[in-house]
Amino acid sequence: MVVELRKLFRRPRTWVTIGLLCLLPAIVAVFLASTRIAPAPGQGAAFLSAVLESGSLYPAAALALVLPIFLPVAVAVIAGDTVAGESGAGTLRYLLVRPVGRTKLLVAKLVSIVAFVVATVAAVAGTSYVVGVTLFGAGDPVAVVNAIPQISGPGGGGSSSAGSGGGTASAPSAGGSASAADPAAPAPAAPGAPAAGTSGAGSGAPTQLDPTEARERAADSVASLSGDPLSPADLALRLLGAMAYITISMLGVGAIALFLSTVTASSLGATLGALAALISSQVLVTLDAAASVTPYLPTRYWLAWIDFFRDPIFLRDIRAGLIVQAAYVVVLMLAAWANFTTKDVAQ
Amino acid sequence: MTNPGDRGPSAGTGVRTPSEPVPVQRARPLPGPPVDTPLVIETRGLTKRYGARAAVDDVDLHVARGDRYGFLGPNGSGKTTMVRMLLGLVFATRGEIRVLGHEVPREVHQVLPRIGAMVEGPAAYGHLSGRANLDLLDASGPGPRAGRRRRVGEAMERVGLGGVDRRPVRTYSLGMRQRLGLAGALLSQPDLLILDEPTNGLDPHGIREIRELLIELNREGTTVFLSSHLLAEIEALCTTVGVVDRGRLVLEEPLEAVRRRTGRVVLTTPDADRAAAALGAALVDRTPDGGLVVAPADGDGASGLARHLVGTGVRIEALVPETVSLEDVVVRITGPGSDRA
Repeated sequence: MVVELRKLFRRPRTWVTIGLLCLLPAIVAVFLASTRIAPAPGQGAAFLSAVLESGSLYPAAALALVLPIFLPVAVAVIAGDTVAGESGAGTLRYLLVRPVGRTKLLVAKLVSIVAFVVATVAAVAGTSYVVGVTLFGAGDPVAVVNAIPQISGPGGGGSSSAGSGGGTASAPSAGGSASAADPAAPAPAAPGAPAAGTSGAGSGAPTQLDPTEARERAADSVASLSGDPLSPADLALRLLGAMAYITISMLGVGAIALFLSTVTASSLGATLGALAALISSQVLVTLDAAASVTPYLPTRYWLAWIDFFRDPIFLRDIRAGLIVQAAYVVVLMLAAWANFTTKDVAQ
Repeated sequence: MTNPGDRGPSAGTGVRTPSEPVPVQRARPLPGPPVDTPLVIETRGLTKRYGARAAVDDVDLHVARGDRYGFLGPNGSGKTTMVRMLLGLVFATRGEIRVLGHEVPREVHQVLPRIGAMVEGPAAYGHLSGRANLDLLDASGPGPRAGRRRRVGEAMERVGLGGVDRRPVRTYSLGMRQRLGLAGALLSQPDLLILDEPTNGLDPHGIREIRELLIELNREGTTVFLSSHLLAEIEALCTTVGVVDRGRLVLEEPLEAVRRRTGRVVLTTPDADRAAAALGAALVDRTPDGGLVVAPADGDGASGLARHLVGTGVRIEALVPETVSLEDVVVRITGPGSDRA
């Protein structure tokens, strides 16, 4: 088990992946800070406008940026490689004759996936906190999403499109603004007093949810920024909760990729298979006609982590999300186990 | 440790031509369940099918403790599948396997710690050094943490990789990877070494080193089971040979027995014509350099033949038992070419 972790973290690829994941929010932050143009309501990733007021919220925005695409892709790559990669490299047979029990190996691989997700989420949150506070200042985080949205049946997050939306929405808004502030002068931003927030802390300004979600929810509920400042401890707790939830959300992906990894000897195949499953899930989640199955799709509750930033914390979706992810992990791990322990290792 | 010379009188199943049906009764019966048998590996009726094709077909293998057993066969004859089944990597379609007294694959975890194996070429994590790879391998196993450095160091030393360090395996030559794989197999100081084509990619010098290492290990009590398609390698190293052809074990004999199998005698004489007349039907062949190949009548060996020939006035320059190389035997029983359908 420790061995698997050592393997994982001695691989340059692991660090490159984590580094890239940390890089994206940093790039977005630089653009935001230099232009101070917040994405228009209903566009861009969650929390992006709120961070202009307080950099200490930036970890949440950063997670919203990487969650829809980059994080699942990274997890699928790592998890898809776990067994298939060893099989393809031929090291699997040497592990098994060492001997390492097949069940034990599978568990160790799962643990290493969890470790990777934890490390990645922590790294993204950590770097983005530093970046956020540096660029936006540590103003009072006030962006608690106050209203509890009416969760309509077919609603939910199509986060596949959300990711590209988040990426492109922020880039043009920064690059296309001729009247932007001098990019070379990222304002130090006095705490609590943002210089150029388009949507200030005033009431009625729609909060940035994830774009799709925001768009959907804008119809039936008006989420607003509350004026209640969060204490640092409160914010930290909410952030930790969100990070834990996102980590768990990724385990479903990890389990799919790990299962496929025991089926095929090609890690690329396993990765792509897992991503295909995710994309299918995303498509179905947004499809009204598929409303009967959406509650069981792995990506259905991915965005529920935002509920950690509501006041009070809205737990219904979070709970449902945890159950769904747990079910995926259990079922797929059992399938992986049944497949792997009876499989000829003939690669 | 049993001396390979004093194996039971019924060791081996004899030479069969491929057309001959496989005898139902094998010469050596499979002993019952006792755990401590002199046999380190034995299989009964072992079969592995991939679809309709049998990669391994009804193989009864017997490897005695202390053997250096050469498992010889052309490419694609099922050697690697066999090795994988012995290690519990591939599950047999039919048949039984016993390794070190334990049933495989059911009890494979009790035997694997006592086995060092190399299966179908070495494999390592390319971005790590050889030492780091062995470290990981050692740490994956059930062995204690204590003494890991020493174990790894010794194994590297033994295979001649003592001087190499820090370089990632990615930059190793095939020969070095092969040595590293062997070092991995030696890590746990195994009672049984199962090596699949261990000298692939080694230069002649390396092959000799590995051979000497294996003989030394064997002398220290390690049973060596080695598969190869290289006749010369097996002839130079092994005490027992099993020949596999298209998934079937067609010969399993001590190497010495294989070599003197013909029972014929080669006669060198200046009076070839007179000798031929005297021998009659006993003369079965002539060697390229003019020797006469004689098949003495039953119970009438070289000495009887000599007396008979001297009686007829034939002068004898040499009268030697015909020896057959392993190659002759293998070619005869496996037929032409290794890439038949």
